[in-house]
Amino acid sequence: MEQLFSDYTLRMVALGSAVLGIVSGGLGTYAVLRGQSLLGDAISHAALPGIAIAFLLTGGKTPLALMIGAALAGWLATLWIMSVTGTTRIKYDSMLALTLSVFFGIGLVLLTYIRQRAGAAQAGLDTFLFGQASSLVRRDVVTMAVPGGAALLLMALFWKELKLLAFDPEFGRTLGLPMRRVDLFLTALLVVAIVIGLQTVGVVLMSAMIVAPAAAGRQWTDTLWKMVLLSAGFGAAAGVTGAVLSSTGTGLPTGPLIVLCMGVIMVLSLLFAPNRGLAARHLRARRSTGRFQLETVLLDLYALGMQHNDPLRPHPRGAVQAMRAKEVPVDRLLDRLEKDGLVRRAASGWALTDAGLRNVETLKEERT
Amino acid sequence: MTQGEMEIQLLAVVVAAACALPGTFLVLRKMAMMSDAISHAILPGIVIAFFLTHNLNSPLLILAAAATGVLTVMLVELLMSTRLVREDAAIGLTFPVLFSIGIILIARFAGDVHLDTDAVLLGEPAFAPFDRLIVGGRDIGPRALYIMSAVGLANVAFITLFYKELKIATFDAGLAAALGFGPVLIHYGLMTFVSITAVAAFDAVGSILVVAMMVAPSAAAYLLTDRLRDMILLSVALGAASAVGGFQMARLFDVSIAGAMATASGLVFLAVWLGAPRYGILAGRQRRIRQKWEFAETMLAIHLFNHEGLPEADIEHRIGHLEEHLSWERDFARRVVRRAQSNGLVQRTNDEDEDDLLALTPQGRKAASEAIENL
Repeated sequence: MEQLFSDYTLRMVALGSAVLGIVSGGLGTYAVLRGQSLLGDAISHAALPGIAIAFLLTGGKTPLALMIGAALAGWLATLWIMSVTGTTRIKYDSMLALTLSVFFGIGLVLLTYIRQRAGAAQAGLDTFLFGQASSLVRRDVVTMAVPGGAALLLMALFWKELKLLAFDPEFGRTLGLPMRRVDLFLTALLVVAIVIGLQTVGVVLMSAMIVAPAAAGRQWTDTLWKMVLLSAGFGAAAGVTGAVLSSTGTGLPTGPLIVLCMGVIMVLSLLFAPNRGLAARHLRARRSTGRFQLETVLLDLYALGMQHNDPLRPHPRGAVQAMRAKEVPVDRLLDRLEKDGLVRRAASGWALTDAGLRNVETLKEERT
Repeated sequence: MTQGEMEIQLLAVVVAAACALPGTFLVLRKMAMMSDAISHAILPGIVIAFFLTHNLNSPLLILAAAATGVLTVMLVELLMSTRLVREDAAIGLTFPVLFSIGIILIARFAGDVHLDTDAVLLGEPAFAPFDRLIVGGRDIGPRALYIMSAVGLANVAFITLFYKELKIATFDAGLAAALGFGPVLIHYGLMTFVSITAVAAFDAVGSILVVAMMVAPSAAAYLLTDRLRDMILLSVALGAASAVGGFQMARLFDVSIAGAMATASGLVFLAVWLGAPRYGILAGRQRRIRQKWEFAETMLAIHLFNHEGLPEADIEHRIGHLEEHLSWERDFARRVVRRAQSNGLVQRTNDEDEDDLLALTPQGRKAASEAIENL
């Protein structure tokens, strides 16, 4: 931790990863909500030929030029996916897989072409495959933060439109909003988020930066702005933790560590988020089964009594147990009901109290 | 071509054909992205098996990779079964985490592993001829060619043996379950073969381009036919063609063979998307144009039919009036009349006159009354 403030390289790496986490987490929210989690994967792979062409055109490794090339290629890939799925019966998933691999193949062809032409001058271009967070310097962080910040700002400015797009595009259309254009606009923002991450975590792992923070954030809230803030926070936390961890271990790559941290946050969210989380769900289920069983025993005692036209007539526990499967813990349930003053022990078994009878009356109403 | 090049070319074709077989079902079952997920997620399986055997050619690697592939599918389904994330998010979460574990394992033990992350991701068939299979002291060809052929034959066997089951499970999972064909078992069986194919194709084309070889030819074939058998055969053929075209392109420009194969498969798909006889966009555009004219001709026939023999026919049955009544441009109206005339629906009373009286032929009358009935 101390290193984080003293070590310049580590500070830059952590800062860059945090910026990336915030931007991809925030914008990934929309991708996940719209069921487009895998679009990020397609865009990040499709960026490769753009990077290569930008390199060929500018003849050097200017981060900004490469980023613009990557963004254009990613954007083009998305348009191609949309137009093929719109004009044929080819499904969305086929187009995602096809586009990401074919564009990547084109990128690879161009990279090998550059390699044999430019020789060693292209050193560093390969880092886009796996990312190389440890090489981030101040200039890189600025190149990431400026477009990323702009994308987040635009997201805030068009908050209402994007929210409509995510939840009810049909309604947006009836309001007269150009939803198709809003869709293209959101995709452009997503492309920015992906492109700024390529140098840090690489082509393959970038999709996790889009999906995981948002999917984790989704578990904690049902409110859009809270989800955006949460997933940006999760993204940043995973980014910084991954960067710090990779600086402590020997030769552990930053990108995969960030993704693993993100995976841990994801699993914890799935398990322990209030309301939606699996633990909360399990507890709720147990509590409601428990309550249901208590009510059932109460109703059973009443039904047994009514066979003798006396709801308060006592019955032995064996008779109560016989009403239900033997897995139902009748003894424990009766003890509990006694503590609540709804049943009482009588000489010949268990009987409803007056309070218990009143309870039965309301239950009968509830259940019909 | 030299013998080495011939061998690379042959390997490329076998890889493409072997990938296209399970690929067809992935495309039809809307699970194309599972090929991407599996081809990445099997990395930790390969790495661990490699640590155990210290041999990249061990059959254990294929088994471990297949097991990891199935594990990936199970993890995705476990995530989905919580109903907390959707299928796309479940896939997008699972494979990067598994892939990261694989990369970290490689990096952590980089010292004693000859397993390069670049090679895993990219693959390069150019090195295949250097690794020969020697049986009884005789060199019988590149080892990769034999492995890939065996996997291809296994795919053929799987699809032929379970053709009926695969077909029903793909097109009507509910019916398959009702008939007792076990769609879940078929699903996992298919995923096992996808995993085996992915790991075998790893060396040759790498984990990303194997996706292209699985999906692109099958997607193209999907636009060319409505029959499953034809689609499988077509996707194998298109895959093989991409392999040949890609390798020749790579030879010409001296670039990555695997990348060129994927590029070629993309070009094949592009050509099919544009030019497919029924489902291509050019055919679709032509169909729309034809339908526009056919519709206009029918409109004209109905219009004439409605006013036929009535007093207003003298006004209504003139080209000039169509502009007003059907709000057609004069030029368009003229062209519609000319088409209807040559199709034998409409007669003109005086060919010299621009605005002469139009009359339905018996054929035109029949077309109009049929069209009205169909409404």
